[in-house]
Amino acid sequence: MKAKVYVTLKKGVLDPQGKAIHHSAELIGYSQIADIRQGKYFEISFNNGIGEAEAREAAERIGGDVLANPVIEDFRVEVEG
Amino acid sequence: MKFGVIVFPGSNCDHDAYHVVSKNVGQPVDFIWHKETDLSSYDAVIVPGGFSYGDYLRAGALARFSPVMRSLKDFAADGKFVMGICNGFQILCEAGLLPGALRRNAGLHFICKHVNLRVETSNSPFTREIEAGRVLSLPIAHAEGNFTCDDETYSSLEENGQIIFRYSDEYGNVVESANANGSRGNIAGITNLDRNVLGMMPHPERACDDLLGSSDGCDIFRSLTRSIEACAV
Repeated sequence: MKAKVYVTLKKGVLDPQGKAIHHSAELIGYSQIADIRQGKYFEISFNNGIGEAEAREAAERIGGDVLANPVIEDFRVEVEG
Repeated sequence: MKFGVIVFPGSNCDHDAYHVVSKNVGQPVDFIWHKETDLSSYDAVIVPGGFSYGDYLRAGALARFSPVMRSLKDFAADGKFVMGICNGFQILCEAGLLPGALRRNAGLHFICKHVNLRVETSNSPFTREIEAGRVLSLPIAHAEGNFTCDDETYSSLEENGQIIFRYSDEYGNVVESANANGSRGNIAGITNLDRNVLGMMPHPERACDDLLGSSDGCDIFRSLTRSIEACAV
């Protein structure tokens, strides 16, 4: 069982790194991009015998307590067998 | 009176803080390894600057799970003094001991220079010896010092006088051009609601000797020492 956790900046939180990346994308010729936001991606692999519900619960807790800072970030979890 | 300086893997301003407390302030001080949990012998604990856990995940994010941090929360809840400097400020925000968060600097650069700070209030254990409005010259050295918080938090920080230092020009004008890292409201340092926990991005421990270009930082440590003495009476 594997959980994927996506951490993204909340709307309205400035993302200077995203801006710099946006600028680089423009430099290689893409002038039609409205915005680029940087986030983080985590893969959590569980031991055999862990069910989907248990994996989701663990990933949600790890996402909220460790991976994301709730002041500035949101996260979402996807679980796959 | 006794100070403690917490040492995480990756702390690198721990010796500076220790030196200032023992030599410039002249008080007893211990290093506290992050796996220790007994803080009962201390009156004030400094969470020093550096790169705890290599800044992995987010600056300060992993340090908050060190064993000492649970004790530090109890220590703060007892009204004892906690001072987080630079990475220490980031750790205290991540741990929920202070509101808000510290993001990448607006200009993305690591900034290492002396800046001017206006002291917003003398009504804190860390600034009681400093006149409100005075401008201090202290060094900053960080890449993630861009203080951010939601509107509600910002209003409550202002209303409760929890904003202790703001980046300003040399005359004490809080202007955008003096805002080194893009912080909301030029915030350089705040306390919690009970005012016994301070977090600040500038380094007072690097400015306690005229040889280093400024001794303004000493007044912050002197204020804290006075506050501890006042508690003991």
